[in-house]
Amino acid sequence: MKINYNRELCQGHNRCYMLAPEIFDVDDEGYAVLKIEGEIPAELHDKAQLCVDNCPEYAIELTE
Amino acid sequence: MDAEKAPVADWKTDFDHTHPDYAANAHQIWDDLREECPVAHSDRFGGMWLPTRHEDIAAIAKNEDGLYTSRGVVVSEIPPDVPAPIGYAPPITSDAPFHAPARKLLLGPFAPRQIEALEPFTRECCNSLMDVALAKSGEQGWFDAAIDYSQNIPVRVIAHMLGLPPEDGDKFRRFIHNIIENPVQRDIPEEDTVEWYFDQQIAQRRANPKPPGEGDLIDHLLSVEIFGEPLGQEHVRGTVVLLLVAGIDTTWSSIGSAIWHLAQNPDDLARYRDDPAVRPFAIEEFLRAYAPVTMARMVAEDHELHGCPMKKDDWVLLPFPAGNRDPEAFEDADQFIIDRQKNRHGAFGLGIHRCLGSNLARMELSVALDVFVERAHDFSLVDPATVRFSTGQIRGPRELPVCVNPNM
Repeated sequence: MKINYNRELCQGHNRCYMLAPEIFDVDDEGYAVLKIEGEIPAELHDKAQLCVDNCPEYAIELTE
Repeated sequence: MDAEKAPVADWKTDFDHTHPDYAANAHQIWDDLREECPVAHSDRFGGMWLPTRHEDIAAIAKNEDGLYTSRGVVVSEIPPDVPAPIGYAPPITSDAPFHAPARKLLLGPFAPRQIEALEPFTRECCNSLMDVALAKSGEQGWFDAAIDYSQNIPVRVIAHMLGLPPEDGDKFRRFIHNIIENPVQRDIPEEDTVEWYFDQQIAQRRANPKPPGEGDLIDHLLSVEIFGEPLGQEHVRGTVVLLLVAGIDTTWSSIGSAIWHLAQNPDDLARYRDDPAVRPFAIEEFLRAYAPVTMARMVAEDHELHGCPMKKDDWVLLPFPAGNRDPEAFEDADQFIIDRQKNRHGAFGLGIHRCLGSNLARMELSVALDVFVERAHDFSLVDPATVRFSTGQIRGPRELPVCVNPNM
């Protein structure tokens, strides 16, 4: 499982950063920064799904 | 104090968001409209529209075709006279190409880590308010969770950020009432206007400039540039007014609505109090189910929306709380589910105008509730009939008498 994060769609709601700081950080302007570019470790799969399901801007997707 | 509003004949064709019936029945009105007439109209305020489906609200908020302008964000009888793309309170009233650079100036001070640093101050405010509220409760058996508690929290925090004297809190609430809850303009003495107040504050700071990074938010605005130039007086004042207005009624409403919910739902109260892991989900669910803000736009170009003739300069309300209750977008949309796992709510808006203060608001809501449940522990409404919700674009309890239940 990988995360596809679209910075163009991100509006800085910071939902992902709050739910999964292991996966997302935020920059100095509050936009999300994906910390894991490659494979998401199995123990973070649930959190990755939460990030997807709580992004109001549909900026996060999971890919195989 | 408010002028008597004409009764609403039909919410589909004559709605009025400033009518007390709207305040009392908003959820039902939105649900009915969403089913029967997803874009309601009214001739009031010079003509306005009210979409209630999440999809339509999101599309208008995102404004990808530029059919709408943000130069008016609070519906009023007299349309704002500062033209697009800057508007009277940048960046909320700004459109492209001015919006993005004006917003960028403020993103830093409102980013998560800057806001986290304000948490101890906020907690201290909440605790000192609870000291007074609980003392009052001890004397008279109840206190008002809106007036004695919620309304004071965002005022103190934003006054701290703007470097304003905390004792001016009542003055700020009066400004805000004039701007938001009472949008029909009346003659107000100049010294009582928000413009006059902030011109004095800005002049004081211009006379005593601070080194970068040491001042308050007003100093920050005086130190930054846009398109290579310092910000104009109107821009600085408009933004400061925005920061004050946008942060107070909204967050106060959100805190009050959450307390209102917990006071009536003992299971949710127990879960919130006893299970810290549920709190981040609960906070987002409060924001979804009781989103306080209905934003407005104006039509920039004549067009049709679902067959409705949208005319240039018509008002368009964006009731994010109605969108948050759309069953097409949320499972069990009418239910409060304290640990809701899928929650793409739009309480802070959607698209480029996402609430700049969302991190601050969320922190204040979270700290305010933590302190409230910690200190009051178990509480309920004195009487549901004594709760009064605001009218206008910001929805929340303005009177919320609660009593603290004795511990077992």
